[in-house]
Amino acid sequence: MTSLSFFRQMLQDVRHQKLRTLLTVFGITWGTVSVSLLVAFGEGLQKRIEKNQHGLGENIVIAWPSRTSIPYQGLGKGRRIRVTEDDIAALRREIPEATFSGEHGRDKSTFRRERARLTPEISATSPIFAAMRNVIPASGGRYVDDLDLDRRRRVVFLGDKLKKDLFGDEEAVGKTVMLDNVPFLVIGVMEAKSQDSSYSGRDEGKAFLPDTTFRALFGERYVDNFIFQAEEASQVPEATRRVYEILGRRLKFDAKDEEAIGMWDTTEAEKFFRVFFGTFRAFLGIIGSFTLIVGGIGVSNIMYVVVEERTREIGIKLAVGAKPRFIQAQFLLETLTLTAAGGALGFLVTLGVIAVFPSQLDEYVGTPQASPLVIVTTAALLGIIGLVAGYFPARRASLLDPVVALKLA
Amino acid sequence: MIRMTGIRKVYATGRVEVEALRGVDLHIGANEYVAVVGPSGSGKSTLMNVIGCLDTPTSGEYVLSGDAVAGLDRNRLAEIRNRHIGFVFQNFNLLPYATALENVELPLLFGGVPTRERSERAAEMLARVGLADRIDHRPTELSGGQMQRVAIARALVNRPAIVLADEPTGNLDSGSGHAIVELFAELHAAGQTIVMITHDAGIAKVATRVVQIRDGQIVDDRRAAA
Repeated sequence: MTSLSFFRQMLQDVRHQKLRTLLTVFGITWGTVSVSLLVAFGEGLQKRIEKNQHGLGENIVIAWPSRTSIPYQGLGKGRRIRVTEDDIAALRREIPEATFSGEHGRDKSTFRRERARLTPEISATSPIFAAMRNVIPASGGRYVDDLDLDRRRRVVFLGDKLKKDLFGDEEAVGKTVMLDNVPFLVIGVMEAKSQDSSYSGRDEGKAFLPDTTFRALFGERYVDNFIFQAEEASQVPEATRRVYEILGRRLKFDAKDEEAIGMWDTTEAEKFFRVFFGTFRAFLGIIGSFTLIVGGIGVSNIMYVVVEERTREIGIKLAVGAKPRFIQAQFLLETLTLTAAGGALGFLVTLGVIAVFPSQLDEYVGTPQASPLVIVTTAALLGIIGLVAGYFPARRASLLDPVVALKLA
Repeated sequence: MIRMTGIRKVYATGRVEVEALRGVDLHIGANEYVAVVGPSGSGKSTLMNVIGCLDTPTSGEYVLSGDAVAGLDRNRLAEIRNRHIGFVFQNFNLLPYATALENVELPLLFGGVPTRERSERAAEMLARVGLADRIDHRPTELSGGQMQRVAIARALVNRPAIVLADEPTGNLDSGSGHAIVELFAELHAAGQTIVMITHDAGIAKVATRVVQIRDGQIVDDRRAAA
């Protein structure tokens, strides 16, 4: 059959059974949309959550010095553990593969500018903190640097929400705010970011100070907490073990005493989410695939009817010398064409949905992603379903007895 | 051309076995014009199907153009039909959505003839049956006689050893039927071997040989005096 008359025949089939063909193609389209859209949504959501998690920083652990729970070298339990910047420096020296930053907090000081009076969470840190915790300055500003630290400068870096509360839409960098009646220069404002987890408030509402300035101002020696970050998530457990070991030695507590320093390992949550999303996406993929398989059964069904209705034509072709395997190929090709048409339509719908997906929702559920993986998997699935759906009707067509098909017998 | 020896065909329908052909010996030489006659149920349609390789005999030998065809598989039989046999049916059996030209091209298509040669040969054959001006018409736009001419062109286009015709005038009015009979006579005169199943005693007279079948056996085989 020339391709031209092949398509003419197919169009004729479609014309003869408009509704049935339409429903069938719709079945495949719907299946394709289910698979690709569900998986795309899963992927978008995962990306979103990963991004939100990274709002706190990648592969970081937050550690709070607390009280011992195991007696050690004649010292009773319940002893307070206090960490100083010297201890942090020791950790930096002894665990070079991780980065460390101490953090001092305070929420009893008032910021004042014109009529605005606020008591935000203050976080006093070293410059490295910004990179570890994904605190990124918006253009025109900067974070606390080494010189600020050395000279104990009275400078402040503002979270984006705090800046808005103090300055509104005005430019803040270069202006002064009063902190407990001491003037501080605003050196930067944080780039807005999404953050799904926090301790002592979100970064958007915080004021960041150089830790040296903070200590001089409030007379505090000990950090409230410190954070550390490893290159890879897999290095986190070993770094954690070393932290206990080194601080245990310096501050005299049992290295196995996990209550002496409370730790929040954020990679644990990531690990959980990775497994969770792997399962979640597999689940969505399976549901979508079943829809697609049901669509395939529909295609197979209509092809049986088509074979039935074209029995005489098949008989004529067999009589003039068409080989049965040619007949089989013809019906298989027709099924694949229907499947491909339904699939292409489905992809278009999916791309359309992704294109018009409201960006306001991105913050909550992410934007669905038509990744190559989604497209390749769905296309492969479509191909297999088309082949299987076409094989049985095509085989029945090729096995027709020409005598019976021509109603000669 | 055709050499059949001891051909038997048994249909098993449920528990009952029907013996449609019981030991047919038939030799047909080149350029014969054979009319097969017999009452309905005599087995003449079955004989035609076996000759045309649409059906395989239960037992017996069948040599067509030097090839033993009994016991070949379906794909090989399709090839034999394509190269050696041209069918003309009572109800024409044209593809309804295809033009006259496309219908005639069909055997060439399955025989693997290239596109250009295909349409040239098909057009030539349609001209030969007197339908040069109808090649782009669909069957619904043709009269019964014209449809049968298209079918004959299709049967001839691959230069088959034998044209098998099953009641070719059965669905035609007498005028068209007469024209078709004349066309067959012309083809025979040009050297074509023809086997025709018919009720029509008039057509049987035109043939060079009349084979009579009854109850699955040849009961009479008579050559016309030349």
